[in-house]
Amino acid sequence: MLPHMRYSVFKVLRDGLTSNRHLQPAWRDAVPKPHYDIVIVGGGGHGMATAYYLAKVHGLTNIAVVEKGWIGGGNAGRNTTIIRSNYLLAANEPFYEWSMKLWEGLEQELNYNVMVSQSGIINLIHSDAQRDAYVRRGNAMILNGAGAKLLSREDVREHLPFLDFDNGRFPIKGGLQQPRAGTARHDAVVWGYARAASALGVDIIQNCEVVDFLFQDGRIAGVKTTRGDIKADKTALAVAGNTSRLTSKLGFRLPIESYVLQAFISEGLKPFIHGAFTFGAGHFYCSQSDKGELVFGGDIDGYNSYAQRGNLPVVEDVFEGGAALIPFLPRLRYLRQWAGICDMSMDGSPIMCVGPVPGLYLNAAWNYGGFKATPASGWCFAHTIARDEAHPLNKNFRIDRFRTGHLIDEKGVGAQPNLH
Amino acid sequence: MLIDCPYCGARDSHEFTYRGDATGTRPDPAAENAGEAFHDYVYLRDNPAGDHLGWWYHGAGCRQWLKVSRNTLTHAINAVRLARDEVKS
Repeated sequence: MLPHMRYSVFKVLRDGLTSNRHLQPAWRDAVPKPHYDIVIVGGGGHGMATAYYLAKVHGLTNIAVVEKGWIGGGNAGRNTTIIRSNYLLAANEPFYEWSMKLWEGLEQELNYNVMVSQSGIINLIHSDAQRDAYVRRGNAMILNGAGAKLLSREDVREHLPFLDFDNGRFPIKGGLQQPRAGTARHDAVVWGYARAASALGVDIIQNCEVVDFLFQDGRIAGVKTTRGDIKADKTALAVAGNTSRLTSKLGFRLPIESYVLQAFISEGLKPFIHGAFTFGAGHFYCSQSDKGELVFGGDIDGYNSYAQRGNLPVVEDVFEGGAALIPFLPRLRYLRQWAGICDMSMDGSPIMCVGPVPGLYLNAAWNYGGFKATPASGWCFAHTIARDEAHPLNKNFRIDRFRTGHLIDEKGVGAQPNLH
Repeated sequence: MLIDCPYCGARDSHEFTYRGDATGTRPDPAAENAGEAFHDYVYLRDNPAGDHLGWWYHGAGCRQWLKVSRNTLTHAINAVRLARDEVKS
C-alpha cells in the first residue's frame, strides 16, 4: 500500500484540516481484463478475503473479483455482526478458532478499522441437560484454545441483570461464555478486505453478474458476465445463497437449499448490553451496536426462498423469544428489519473444496454463520485455490462427505436444512 | 404469505409446517445402485430460484399434507393440491 494511502491518526488530522479535499476512493473500480489467473465470483466478505490472502500469502495478484451488485450489498451487509468460535465438533472448532485469531489482528493486518470488539458472548442455560451439553461444548472449546467459562446464575446476573431470571417456563440457570467472542463492523470488514486486496493489485469489478461459464478442453476456463467474457485458469465461487443457481448451469446439484434469515434493529438506547447473548430455550440472539440499537435475530424463515425479505410468522416468533427473555423488549420501537439469503447445507456445515468440475473451486454452504468465518474462509479458500488442495483446517468441508457419511452435523438434526 | 388450502381456503402460512422439496421420489432400496440413488434423494436439491414444489402440512387447520407450487423469488403461490391426490399408490 502506498504510504499516502495508509490510514492513521495523522491522515485523519491532515484530511480534517484540508476539508477532506485529498480523500481518495478506498479501492479501484476496475474494468474487466480479458484474462486473469484467477477469477473469484462474489465480492462479499469471503470472496474479498480470499482475494486478499491469495495476494498477500500466496503472491498471486492477477486476480479479479466479480460482483453482480456492489461491495457490501449482499450478506456482508445483512448479518448481525457477531464473531465467535464456540463450536463443538473437531471438524469445525479449529477452523472457527483460526478465524477468531485472524479477527484479533485484522485491523493491523488490513490497516482498516473493522471495529472488532471482544465483548464476549453468553449462551444462556435453562435446564440441567442444557448445562451438561454446554459443559461438553466448553471443554471442546478449551481443548482447541478458544477459551470458555461456565457461568453460574449469579455470574450471568452480573453481566445481564435485566433478563427475566425467574421466567415461569424458562428460568435462567447459568450460561456458557466465550470471553474472546464479540462483534465487528460488518460492512467495514468487506470494505477493509477490498481496499487491502485492491492495493495489492486485485481487480474489483462491480455490477458484473456471471451468467454462465466458459469451457475449454473439458475444464472451466472462465465466466460469461454481463460485462463480457472473462477468461481465467481458475474459477472460484463464493456466492453464498446463489451457489445452486450457478452450479445448475454446470448441470450438477448441490446438498444446499437457500433460505431467508431476518434481522432486526431497535431504536437507539443508552449502552446496557456488553457483548452478545443467546436464548437457550428458543432461537433469539441479541447484541447492542455502538450506536445503541439492539441488533437481534432468530430462526430462518422455514421454507426455500431467494426473496431477500422475510415474512411475519418469523417476526412474531423472534419477538416472542425476545420478550420471554427481556421483559421490556415489547416497549421499544423498532427501526429496521431486513433479510439475507443463506445457503443451508444438509448437515449445517460448510463446503470448501477443489472441484467438483476441473477448473472450479467451491466455497459455499455457510448456512446462517458465514460472517464470523470470513477471515478463515478467505485464508483457507486462498490456500485451496493456490495449492489445488484443501488446507488442513478445511479438509473436512468436502462435498463428498454426504456420499461417504462423514457428516459434520453440530445440531444432530439430519438432512433437514431448515432445522440447522 | 397466504396458502390456499383446498379444504380450508386461504390461510396464513403460520398455520402450516414446511417439510421440504417435493420433487424427489424415494428410490427402490433393492435396486443395484440404491446407495447412489439414496445419496441423491436424501442430499441433493435443484434449489431453484423461481417455481419450486414443496410439501406443507396444515397442522393448525385440516391436518392435510399439501403439495404447493411456490415462486421462491416472489413468494407467490401458484398451485396447491392435496398430497394424497399426488402420491402414486
